[in-house]
Amino acid sequence: MSAKTNGAELRIELGRRYHFSASHRLHTAHLSEEENCRVFGKCNNPFGHGHNYVLEVSVSGRVDPATGMIANLADLDGFVERAVLQVFDHKSLNEDVPAFQEKVPTTENLCIDIYKRLKSFSHAKLERVRIEETRNNSFEYAGEELARVPVASAAKKELR
Amino acid sequence: MVLITRRIDFSASHIYNNPKLSPEENRRIFGKCNNPHGHGHNYTLEVTVAGEPDPVTGMVLDLKELKDILEREVMQRMDHRHLNHEVPELAGEIPTCENIVRVIWNLLEPKIKQGALHHVRLYESPDLFADCFRNGTADRGNI
Repeated sequence: MSAKTNGAELRIELGRRYHFSASHRLHTAHLSEEENCRVFGKCNNPFGHGHNYVLEVSVSGRVDPATGMIANLADLDGFVERAVLQVFDHKSLNEDVPAFQEKVPTTENLCIDIYKRLKSFSHAKLERVRIEETRNNSFEYAGEELARVPVASAAKKELR
Repeated sequence: MVLITRRIDFSASHIYNNPKLSPEENRRIFGKCNNPHGHGHNYTLEVTVAGEPDPVTGMVLDLKELKDILEREVMQRMDHRHLNHEVPELAGEIPTCENIVRVIWNLLEPKIKQGALHHVRLYESPDLFADCFRNGTADRGNI
């Protein structure tokens, strides 16, 4: 550790971006054909469409003095590859991912689904996932537990 | 509170090697980052300062001043340098994004007199970066 600020005063996060391409169609059985069309617009076109998604994963934790790393990239990359990319890349979200046979495969829902898939990463703490559906649209999810809870309250919650 | 961010690019070389580990362990842990003669990256640094705009100037801080601080503290130290051999603040450390971003935070924080350093993000490549911010501040670095 160099300089005067130690690791306890600063939080360091590691961020990694991954890429996958998938198709989807925004449609829900809870709405009529007309309502689906009105709500989802061209995203409701019957045969679906696709995106090049960018997935940004942020993890935090102690920086190991021996390696200088929060998590070894090989571990993180391998985990994301198995837990997410193999599931989503070059797939139809509606047809190939069971969760989206019920839920609408919006990128909001995709964020939540991917967050849950990555939460069990054991080498560091998952902070959040951020997904760019296009370069102009991005979505983030950081779990529900501590979201928008002030730091002091969050600490109390952890103690219980 | 308003956040102001300045981005700079610098290029540097480094190698990941821990002399306390065997060559085999270094290879296993660091992979090609352990190649004996090192390698380099184009780094991108984003520095965010938080504060209230001055009522007279409308500025949180003068961007020219921030530019000068980044030039002195980061560019002159790290640009076109070997991070292991030429940056004393990183001596004895593995120059990962995580460690470099912390060193940069510690270099910049005391120099910023108007507003307060809020967030530092260092990209080693477009797909790999580290964030640094003070514990207890906003959960996200960029809001």
